[in-house]
Amino acid sequence: MTLTAASGTGERTARKNSPGAAPRTRRSGRLRRIGLPYLLLLPALLLELLVHLVPMAIGIVVSFKELTQFHIRDWGTAPWTGLDNYSLAVDFNAPVGEALLKSFLTTCLFTLFSVGLCWLLGVAAAVFLQEGFRGRGFLRTIFLVPYALPVYAAVITWAFMFQRDNGLINHVLHDQLGLTDTPPFWLIGENSFITLLVVSVWKGWPFAFLIIMAGLQNIPREIYEAAALDGAGIWQQILRVTLPSLRPVNQVLVLVLFLWTFNDFNTPFVLFGKAAPEAADLISLHIYQSSFQTWNFGTGSAMSVLLLLFLLVVTGAYLLLTSRGRKATDA
Amino acid sequence: MRRIRAAAVGAVTLPLVLTAAACGGGSSGSEGSNEQPGTLTYWASNQGANLEVDKKVLQPELDKFEKETGIKVKLEVVPWSDLLNRILTATTSGQGPDVLNIGNTWSASLQSSGALLPWDAKNFEAIGGKDRFVESALGSTGIQGQDPAAVPLYSMAYALYYNKKLFAEAGIEKPPATWDELVAAGKKLTAKGYNGLGAEGSNLSNNIHQVFVLGKQHDADFFTPDGKVDFTSDGAVAAVKQYVDLMAEHKIIAPGNAEYAQNQSLSDFAKDKTAMVLWQTASATFKTQGMNDDEWGVAPAPVRSGKPGPGTATNSMVAGINMAVFKNTRNIDGAKKFVKFMTSDEEQVILNKAYGSIPPVKTAQQDPAFDTPALAVLRETLASSATALPQVPEESQFETVVGTAVKELFADAAAGRPVTTESVRAKLEKAQQQMPET
Repeated sequence: MTLTAASGTGERTARKNSPGAAPRTRRSGRLRRIGLPYLLLLPALLLELLVHLVPMAIGIVVSFKELTQFHIRDWGTAPWTGLDNYSLAVDFNAPVGEALLKSFLTTCLFTLFSVGLCWLLGVAAAVFLQEGFRGRGFLRTIFLVPYALPVYAAVITWAFMFQRDNGLINHVLHDQLGLTDTPPFWLIGENSFITLLVVSVWKGWPFAFLIIMAGLQNIPREIYEAAALDGAGIWQQILRVTLPSLRPVNQVLVLVLFLWTFNDFNTPFVLFGKAAPEAADLISLHIYQSSFQTWNFGTGSAMSVLLLLFLLVVTGAYLLLTSRGRKATDA
Repeated sequence: MRRIRAAAVGAVTLPLVLTAAACGGGSSGSEGSNEQPGTLTYWASNQGANLEVDKKVLQPELDKFEKETGIKVKLEVVPWSDLLNRILTATTSGQGPDVLNIGNTWSASLQSSGALLPWDAKNFEAIGGKDRFVESALGSTGIQGQDPAAVPLYSMAYALYYNKKLFAEAGIEKPPATWDELVAAGKKLTAKGYNGLGAEGSNLSNNIHQVFVLGKQHDADFFTPDGKVDFTSDGAVAAVKQYVDLMAEHKIIAPGNAEYAQNQSLSDFAKDKTAMVLWQTASATFKTQGMNDDEWGVAPAPVRSGKPGPGTATNSMVAGINMAVFKNTRNIDGAKKFVKFMTSDEEQVILNKAYGSIPPVKTAQQDPAFDTPALAVLRETLASSATALPQVPEESQFETVVGTAVKELFADAAAGRPVTTESVRAKLEKAQQQMPET
């Protein structure tokens, strides 16, 4: 859509500049108008096909096969198993299904907290930095550091800090502040959920901050001035001007954060290694373990397809709801 | 359009799972060709303190090989954490090295993928014959009754390393030979404020090595003789409980060890915080941690009673590295020449000396370099009381699921939750049901 409009404008400009060549330009122009958008889309489409659609199609095929180490060399020869992989994955009374369900619920809870906190921190920081003051540029840069750091290096540093006996966190909490009787474990057991959340929010909120900051630039100052004249205080302005104006930005931001967080693999993998503690067993690492660690690629693929379906349904429902809301607002 | 894009973002886990499968194909079942006789690609496992050390050890030998044969060997040292996945990816895509190192416990699992060249009589003949290798090392080169999938390169065994200074302080005169003695010594040391024994509770492979040996001592194998999974036998449950109880009940392993997976227990040992570790060839690591050779002693790993030996007196798994050739190599003759070179008497002495391991080649093992007290214990263990991990295709999955179960039990023990026979059995049952049906 956007591309067609752009090329149309370009053509109009060209015609205006060279009136003598009008008949030929019109003919080739029509061709270009039809062909050019597709031509421009072609590289992206090809890449999309190779990087997403082909593996996705293969994944769906594999999910109906019994693909273990006996067939990985030539996966096409793996025997078909019908829906066996799926029934194994959703049999919540058996260990495989039970563990998958638990991991799914953990991921839902984790995503809810992580996205919520990222958003809250992002909004707070962006609103705080909206007014010009000395040091604003410096703070903006500092806030964006976690987003700019390589994920692996940052998360491994957190893993060191969260070590029970030699880590900085316990050194501060236990040794210096005396807040705990015994130094707690952060990388195993129940606390690992908190560890994962802290690192995930630290890593994710600068993106929310960046996007919301960009959204704030588009709110005309006059609205705030008018609101102030009508007697609205700072909280009233945030609630009645800032947040409603940010709605379109938030809709996209929350969706993107949701998908990233739900699928996050790097953070738990670097923090906990190949086997995450049960309390922090996010679904992507769980599927990795089912596939690569137990070499049961068929079941792993079935789990992936189920995850994809879930994300499609949630995303579809979300987009439907938010676009309806927007139409209502527009009207 | 936006919906499609969102869906595509949602699918990021799919390519993750399917990277291997997506490349697809692989090559046919033929046994290599000689299309590229001038070069070889070699994936070496990380044996030294870091990847650079390995390059320094190996490169001069590879240059020597090039001088002898004219074949250039392109070396890549692969960290342990990546090695198995790299091999899996290479297996699926058919784009792998010509020669590679594998952990010897993976031999049967990798053999069943059909990617490795079988070492039949003819191939063994090309490298000087099967008889050159020590029996125990040959025991972990592939599924029993089939031609080996690999050739032994470095051998290692578990032993009990103890800190002489801490032992003297606690008034312990000789290293413990039985588990009861080990617990008693551990309690004395703990009373002095030290950690009795070190462990790597979050390291899945290490957990497996320890509970496999204890399993043997309880007459349990984790697999039935016909290769079916058997994680919940009374012996297996007792073995796992005995290991975790060193922390849960006897408290001679410090709770902090439950999250160790990066050899932190060896650092604790070198820093005089931990008095004993059960480890394979730890001498090089102690040296890099600044510990002199005379500060630590080494003894055979404990058994339930009496002397180490075969059967229920097993006190180590057969640890080590094997060398394998990818079936679809384009330099099959060169690959065999390279394996012959690396397993020659001369190279075996050079390489095993550099890595502190034992040569699996009989004649090289007789070199005086391997006669030090520490290495003599390891050599004796390998010769008489070490047993290979089950040589079944599911060995790699076994390491993951049972190793994870032990990790979770250690986490329970560290948090002060009770570890009972029932809780151990429940974890092992869950692990067993996670195994793919065979």
